Amino acid sequence: MSNLAITPSTAPRAQTREGYWHHLRYIMAENPLTGISFGLFFGLIAVAIFGPYLVPFDPVATGVGPALQPPGVSHWFGTDHLGRDVFSRVVVATRLDLLISVSAVTLSFVFGSIIGCFAGYFGGWTDRISGRLMDTIMAFPLFVLAMGIVAAAGNSIENIVYATAIINLPFYARMARAEVSIRRNAGFVQAARLSGNSELRVLFGHIFPNTLPPMMVQISLNMGWAILNAAGLSFIGLGVQPPMPEWGILVAEGANFIISGEWWLVVFPGMALMLAVFTFNLIGDGLRDLVDPQRRT
Amino acid sequence: MTPPLLDIQRLSVDFATRRGTVRAIDSISLSVAKGETLGIVGESGSGKSVTSYAVMNILDRAGKIAGGKISYGGMSMHKISERDMRDIRGREISMIFQNPRAALNPIRKVGQQIADVLVQHNQATRATGRAKAIEMLLAVKIKDAEKRYEAYPFELSGGMCQRVVIAMALACKPQLLIADEPTTGLDVTTQKAVMDLITELTAKFNMSTILITHDLGLAAAYCDRLLVMEKGHVVEQNTSEALFNSPQKAYTKQLLNATPHRDSYVRDLLTPEQQAQALALPASTEPGAALLSVKSLKKEFGKPGSGHHHVAVRDLSFDIRKGESLGLVGESGCGKSTTSSMIMRLLDTTEGSIEFLGQDIAAIPAKQFARHALRGKLQMVFQDPTDSLNPRWSAERSIVDPLLRLSPDMPAADRQARVLELASLVGLPVELLNRFPHQLSGGQKARVGIARAVAMEPELLILDEPTAALDVSVQAVVLNLLEDLKHRLGMSYLFISHDLNVVRLLCDRIIVMQHGEIVEQGHAHEIMDTPKTDYTRSLLAAIPHPPAADASITGNTELQDGAL
Amino acid sequence: MSLGVKSKRVLTRLLQAVPTVFGILVVCFILTRALPGDPAAYFAGDMADEASIEQVRENLGLDQPLPIQFVTYVGDLLQGDLGVAISTGQTVTQELAKRLPASLELTLGALLLALTIAVPLGVLAATRPNSWVDHLCRFLVTAGVSLPTFFTGLALLYVFYYLLGWAPPPMGRLDMMFLPPESITGFYTIDSLIAGDWALFKASLAQMALPLITLALFTLAPIARMTRAAMLQTLASDYVRTARAAGLSRRRVLITYAFRNALLPVITTLGMVFSFVLGANVLVEKVFAWPGIGSFAVEALVVSDYAAVQGFVLSMALLFVALNLLIDVTYTLIDPRVGEDS
Repeated sequence: MSNLAITPSTAPRAQTREGYWHHLRYIMAENPLTGISFGLFFGLIAVAIFGPYLVPFDPVATGVGPALQPPGVSHWFGTDHLGRDVFSRVVVATRLDLLISVSAVTLSFVFGSIIGCFAGYFGGWTDRISGRLMDTIMAFPLFVLAMGIVAAAGNSIENIVYATAIINLPFYARMARAEVSIRRNAGFVQAARLSGNSELRVLFGHIFPNTLPPMMVQISLNMGWAILNAAGLSFIGLGVQPPMPEWGILVAEGANFIISGEWWLVVFPGMALMLAVFTFNLIGDGLRDLVDPQRRT
Repeated sequence: MTPPLLDIQRLSVDFATRRGTVRAIDSISLSVAKGETLGIVGESGSGKSVTSYAVMNILDRAGKIAGGKISYGGMSMHKISERDMRDIRGREISMIFQNPRAALNPIRKVGQQIADVLVQHNQATRATGRAKAIEMLLAVKIKDAEKRYEAYPFELSGGMCQRVVIAMALACKPQLLIADEPTTGLDVTTQKAVMDLITELTAKFNMSTILITHDLGLAAAYCDRLLVMEKGHVVEQNTSEALFNSPQKAYTKQLLNATPHRDSYVRDLLTPEQQAQALALPASTEPGAALLSVKSLKKEFGKPGSGHHHVAVRDLSFDIRKGESLGLVGESGCGKSTTSSMIMRLLDTTEGSIEFLGQDIAAIPAKQFARHALRGKLQMVFQDPTDSLNPRWSAERSIVDPLLRLSPDMPAADRQARVLELASLVGLPVELLNRFPHQLSGGQKARVGIARAVAMEPELLILDEPTAALDVSVQAVVLNLLEDLKHRLGMSYLFISHDLNVVRLLCDRIIVMQHGEIVEQGHAHEIMDTPKTDYTRSLLAAIPHPPAADASITGNTELQDGAL
Repeated sequence: MSLGVKSKRVLTRLLQAVPTVFGILVVCFILTRALPGDPAAYFAGDMADEASIEQVRENLGLDQPLPIQFVTYVGDLLQGDLGVAISTGQTVTQELAKRLPASLELTLGALLLALTIAVPLGVLAATRPNSWVDHLCRFLVTAGVSLPTFFTGLALLYVFYYLLGWAPPPMGRLDMMFLPPESITGFYTIDSLIAGDWALFKASLAQMALPLITLALFTLAPIARMTRAAMLQTLASDYVRTARAAGLSRRRVLITYAFRNALLPVITTLGMVFSFVLGANVLVEKVFAWPGIGSFAVEALVVSDYAAVQGFVLSMALLFVALNLLIDVTYTLIDPRVGEDS
């Protein structure tokens, strides 16, 4: 009897998966940008992992070429005022930038969704306290709060991560709260209670997995914003210290030369930054289509 | 013979979808004469609403008319420019929709919305708009019309909003009114008031009406002529009386049978083929000892004295005996769902006791009841089959959940066997077990929900409007399944519904509730035939009465009754 | 709805800001006490010995329990005392007050510019899906949220200052050749118009053009995105269908029925947009050496002038609260449903 259950089960499951791939292909075909963005995403990851081993020059070594050399054959992105190779610096910076934003987003996702889940499910004072806390964070212009936190807690890369995580926290908490509370009394949740699931199991076994698709979209869109924030903080001299290569700081160093026409110092790290943010935003839009074609905006 | 007011010839409408073009309606023809009321009846997906959108030329972007002719008063509607069409809408042809609250602009005063239509069609100026709008509000029998002019939709009840929508539609005295499910989602008494109002006003203005509905009984009661649609085709059309009493096509017959009326039995709802396969129901058995005993049950929300204070259930007492089906009937807000949640131990009580199998379960907080020994004995079938299934779980996973939680020691093999057994019990094909809710039809989802509810062999099953979201033909099958299961598994039912005709099919005894209290209770036939209170009488009177059923139908029923 | 009810709701809204402001004060207080190391040692200076550090601790009240320190902190704030800025020697309050108009002029100008472009763009895109307007809107939206403001600013500078020579050098609010107008609003553009000095107006506008565009480009993306989405949603709503079925003119359907309803979610998002703008403002001020409170804070950060940075954070937060209040009050006036239980 039990064998009987397993034999027919494989076929429909394959069908389901096929349906999913069909949907994915449809999304890709309808919006080729989504396909491109997934390609870009894997490219970025590859650069972050292997970049440092592949670059032609040591990114922090000065005088590997003449100073302020425009882009050319030996230095693809030119050189800076200390004769460092801009290409190597831009490539090597990828890992640090992604690392900062990934850690920050992970922190805010984990803590934000836990807070939001409890607030949305149990309501009452849990909801009031967490709501008040999130409101207080949101009462600040977020980038300004991040500046204040890094200034107060100390100028280090870890603090950039914490600051970025804190300012993103309310987004996840509020979203998780909203997604959980609309499902709190849904039929399938009531049914789960009748099936003998404990409150915590109802919350994390039934409701939370259903909030993940919209949360994934949020994560992706948020990644781009986290990268921008971290780069913005280092642009004004917080967190990452020279000569460590990081896109924000590279742009900041190049800013002094833009009015004398040495554009490559700003343009290449700026473009890299833009490309990374762009990729995550496109993936976010693509995921949104994948998750819910109706909610396309 | 005068030409018809509206004449549709071989109309087809296509919708562009991601799977290519889908033909929503295929070459349908119909006509409406001056002063006539036509009912278009069909189940979901029959294309009945699309027809009306095509007439009004308000199909959404994906839809387009693929062929055929629509002529109105001699004009070819499908050739008319959008600008001219705008003059026709509202002035010549009007439409009212279902879900009246959503049909009104939430941030504009309802009176202004009526005035907008009047001004648009030069029936009033900005100066006289207000007075004329108030006139219309009076015409749709809204009391205190001066004051209601200033109201926003959120300040009005659903029935009141529908009156405003009707006032908007009739403001310019159009020739034709299209009512698309105008009373779906409204209580029966409100439904009757709204339908009577529409009938009265359209007769007064000598208008033609198209009533689009899924409810054959409603259409038959209010229309001169009926047209039955299925999957984009016209199945049959005839005068209401003829169609209702001597349907020609199999689909119409099936639809007629499946629609519960005052004296049908649950088996009558099935098609003859289904009836042939159904098992014989035992003669009515005497119910046993009391299984559930509710005493002085009370539920308050909010703190007394605060603005949110509200008593949902006040002093409710009743028994359900073993093997009995008890119906709990009332209109929205009467406290029937609150009552079921309290008995189900999903909601804490304010006062009173709930004795189940000799134990007062009201004393156990709802949050702790999940691990209680009686949890499996007290189960529920929910209103919306889609909403009641976890969208990320396969049917099998949903059915197995109570087994995993409530009998964790069961060996995996036994569990598998039990799932298959349950699937066959509720008539769910085994190959569907691995499908996800969005891959199942409404009826299949209902079966999954029922299989999950009976998995632990409950003693008492609460049915909370289990068929309200289903088409009538599916409702017929699900109701019969529930009746079978009751006898096979020896369960007792508490059936909650707003529809007396449906409740009567399964229940021996009925309780009528209003404002959180019992108004009347008694045997089903007593309540239906000799109601003692005005409220029950008004509920019964509000059920649409189709043209007098003649001997052929009644005789038929008796015959089938004897056969079973 | 009567005027009395409305003003009561507005008042309730204003009162709801009180706990928010309290929360801001608490956070700012924590930030001042969370300075790396011992604040007393920091304020006493590098050369201080044990005794003088203790002296400073006592003077600053740092030996008191935290709640008392908090009361002292709030008391000082009420008197406008934010400490002294190291770099200039003036009080932080004076510095902020002097520089605030420059920041406000830039921020509000950019918001205004973004709104006038983004809202019509979003509406057009929603009413004509897949037309060129829709594609333009999507492109601007995606580009707008992906471009770091400091990079956009620098790119614009390179093109319009270095290559084309159209823009003046990025040296603050006004060319050296001009004297600032008499201060009435503190906004050079408006003050110069009041003074009737066209040349001065043109000069200040020229100076402001690039930072304004940079900030507006960044700001219009979320507004246009939200407008488009909200418009699409209302256009698909039942009440718009009713309005169409009643034969109302396209104009009335679009404006009275669709757009007014779409405006509500747009107004709500403006709060988030303000947050972005005030943050981006700091970066833009640095790029264009704009003498506002943002560049003041950046300079203070470089020299580790914590009092100045904290003062900046606090004043930005209060500004943000004020802007949010403005939004909430507007919303309360537009939407009849606010304050109702439904």
